[in-house]
Amino acid sequence: MSLNTSSVIERRIVYFLLFLAVLLPLLFPIGWGSEVSPVVKMSYDLIDQTPAGGIGLISFDYEASTITEMQPMAVAQIEHAWSRGQKVIATALWPQGPQMAAQSFEEAKRNPLFKDKEYGVDYVNLGYKVGGMVTVQALGSSFKDVYPKDSSGRDWDTLPMLKNLKNIKGLRWICSLSAGEPGLKDWIMIAHDVHNVPVTGGTTAVSAPGFLPYVNNHGQLTGLLGGLKAASEYEALIDKKGPATTKMDAQSVAHILILALIAVGNIKVWIRKRDNAKKIEVKDA
Amino acid sequence: MKRNIPLILAFLAGLLMIVSEFIPHRPFSNMVETLEEWFMIIAGFSIVLGLASLLQMNYQKISTKAENWGYHLACVIAFAVMVIIGALWGMEDQPGLLGQGEKIISWLGKKPFDYTYDNALVPLSATMFSLLAFFIASAAYRAFIIRTFESNLLMISAVIVILGRTGFGTMLTSWIPENYRFWQLPVLADFIMQYPNTAAQRAILISASLGIIGSSLRIILGIERSYLGGDK
Repeated sequence: MSLNTSSVIERRIVYFLLFLAVLLPLLFPIGWGSEVSPVVKMSYDLIDQTPAGGIGLISFDYEASTITEMQPMAVAQIEHAWSRGQKVIATALWPQGPQMAAQSFEEAKRNPLFKDKEYGVDYVNLGYKVGGMVTVQALGSSFKDVYPKDSSGRDWDTLPMLKNLKNIKGLRWICSLSAGEPGLKDWIMIAHDVHNVPVTGGTTAVSAPGFLPYVNNHGQLTGLLGGLKAASEYEALIDKKGPATTKMDAQSVAHILILALIAVGNIKVWIRKRDNAKKIEVKDA
Repeated sequence: MKRNIPLILAFLAGLLMIVSEFIPHRPFSNMVETLEEWFMIIAGFSIVLGLASLLQMNYQKISTKAENWGYHLACVIAFAVMVIIGALWGMEDQPGLLGQGEKIISWLGKKPFDYTYDNALVPLSATMFSLLAFFIASAAYRAFIIRTFESNLLMISAVIVILGRTGFGTMLTSWIPENYRFWQLPVLADFIMQYPNTAAQRAILISASLGIIGSSLRIILGIERSYLGGDK
C-alpha cells in the first residue's frame, strides 16, 4: 500500500470517528455539566441588573453558517431580558442578521412564558444597515434617522416601545453577537468608548480569545460569550435546558477525540523516528 | 488632475474626521454627520456592485464552459430563484408583487422565500462551516507534533484549554478540594485565556492599531495611493 493511499484511509478513519463522536452524544446525551466562567457571569449580570422597562439592543452580526454557536446565545439573552421585563431591539450589521433575529424571537416566543410578547411593544426588528462602524456612529446622533422603518417596513412612529428612544444613549445595554467584521469591535469602540453605554457580546469560540483584552478595568466589554460552551453556561444561568446544553456533550466528545488523535499522531511520529534511528544504527554497524 | 482631485478629497475628509474627534461641536459635528450619511448611501451601492460582479463572473465561466462550470450555473439558478420568489411574494411581513401569497403560505407554512431560506440556505451554510471540524481533526492528527520546546508549551496549554472547555474536563478534576481550586481544569483554562492569552492578544492589538494609524496617515497624506486603482 502506497503512502498516499494509507494517508487517504487514515483521513477517512478520522472523519468517521469524528462523525460518530458528534452523532452518538446527540442521540444518547451524557449530561456532563459545565462550570460558569466569570466572563459569562458578567454578561448575565449586566442584563439581570437592568431594571424592568429598560431597552436593550442585540445586534445580529452573523449569518446562517454560524447559527449553531450564535443562535442559542441570542435566544437565551432574549428570554433573559423578557423575564426581567425588559424590551429588546434587534439590529444587524450583516445582511442575514434580520432573518437570524426573526428566528430568535420566534424561538423565544415558543416558550410558554413569553408567548404573549408583542411586536412593537416588547421587541422590534429594525433590520440591516450597511456601513458597519459608521452606522453605529450615526446611531449616536439619531436612531430614527438611521432606521426610519423596521425590517418589515413599519414606520418608526408606529412602534410604541421606540417612542422615547432618541439615540444610543437611551439603551441600557448592547449585545453584539458577532461572527466577524463588522461586529462587536465596532460596538465597543463607538457605543462604549464614545457614548459610555455598557456593551457585552458573543462570538464564535475561535474568535473569543481576540476579544478577551476588551474585558478590562475600563469595562470596554462587560463579559463575553465565546462559542457553544458559553451559550450552554448562559442557559444554565437562566435555568434552561436549551439547544446549547444538548449540543455541548457532542462538542465535548469531539474535543476529547481530537486530543486522542493528537496523542496518536505524536506516538506514530515517535515510533517512526525510533525505527529510522534503528535502521541507521544497523547500517552503520 | 484626474488623480489630484481624489487625493485632495481624501485629505480633506480625513482631516475633517480627525478634527471632529478633538472638537466635537458645530460646524464639525454637522459635517461629520453628513459624511456618515454619504458613507452609508455609497456603501449601499456596493451591494449592487457585488451582485453585478457575481453575475458577470459566473456568466463568463458558464459561457466559456470553464472547469466546474456546472457549479457556477447552480449559483446563478439559486440566485435567480431567490430573487424571483422574493419579488413575487416578498419575505416575512413584507408583501411582494403578487401580495402576501396566502395560498402558498397555507400550503408551505411560510412564504416561499422564507421557506427556502430556512430549509436550504441555513442548513447548507451550517454544513459548510461544520466541515471545518473534520479538517481540524485531520490536521490535528497529522500536524500537531511535538518537535521543539515551544511546540511542547503549545501542546500543554492546548490540552488544558481543550479539556477545560468540555464537561468531561470539569468532571475529571471536580474532586480537587476548594482550597486548590486553581488546579481544576476549567479554572486553569480560564487562567490561560485571561492572562497569557490576553497579554499576547493585547500586544497584537497594539501593533495592529499602530499599523492602522500609520496606513491611515499614509492615505490621508496621499503617500499611499493604491486605493485609487491603476498601477501607478
